[in-house]
Amino acid sequence: MAYATHRNVVFSALADETRRDVFERLRSGPKSVAELARGLPVSRPAVSQHLKVLKEAGLVVDEAEGARRIYRIDPQGLGALRAWLDRFWDAALTAFKAEVEAGTEEESK
Amino acid sequence: MNKTIMPAPVRRAVTVKASQARAFEVFTSRIGAWWPKSHHIGKVEPETLVIEPRAGGRWFERAPDGTECDLGRVLTWEPPARLVLAWQLNPKFQYQADLITEVELRFIPDGAAATRVELEHRNLDRFGEGAAAMRDRIDAPRGWPMILNAYADAAGK
Repeated sequence: MAYATHRNVVFSALADETRRDVFERLRSGPKSVAELARGLPVSRPAVSQHLKVLKEAGLVVDEAEGARRIYRIDPQGLGALRAWLDRFWDAALTAFKAEVEAGTEEESK
Repeated sequence: MNKTIMPAPVRRAVTVKASQARAFEVFTSRIGAWWPKSHHIGKVEPETLVIEPRAGGRWFERAPDGTECDLGRVLTWEPPARLVLAWQLNPKFQYQADLITEVELRFIPDGAAATRVELEHRNLDRFGEGAAAMRDRIDAPRGWPMILNAYADAAGK
């Protein structure tokens, strides 16, 4: 059930044709934004935007190499799971905070 | 350069308006009151969740009929500052005894009346097989299997 949600995230991330091209280009190895943009009919900022979506979907990871960012396909294939855990713990900690603070208010009355 | 890239831990933090002791207390002994009800292992919604207050203890959900389902073990019990739980749930949200990922909680006083609670869920690489299984369950519409296979290839390296 929970997975339907991040499956949808993955699918919507790959629903865009240019984004699929960007993702496919990473198949041959890690690349910078400039390398990815080369040969694609879109601007570098547009490529960066696509990478941001792919990263949020957990499909790619990035790391700094000097002034550049190098992107690669998530090597562990854990992106979707990681994204799900991110959301799970967000929800859990938000609920925890509400519980702690509701109790605090009662105590101070 | 090291070619093996380990997945980064999931890190989350929240600041609560409560003392360190109270934050720890609510997190542990009242986990049943705040844990998201939408996520459970047993077939029915659990009545409560329990963290046994000692290293080596269990943490588990308890159904209304008394059935208990483990989420894992308590690895470190250091009230009111630190707690490490073994999250032994696979990506299908099922208990798996041989899968141990760690969830560390740090309760850091932020003035007298607030506490910053930092969470780190690590060892995500240990989910490897389960994550692959999850990936296999993804039904690729026409035209996408190639992309998902590429993803699987890269992930398998």
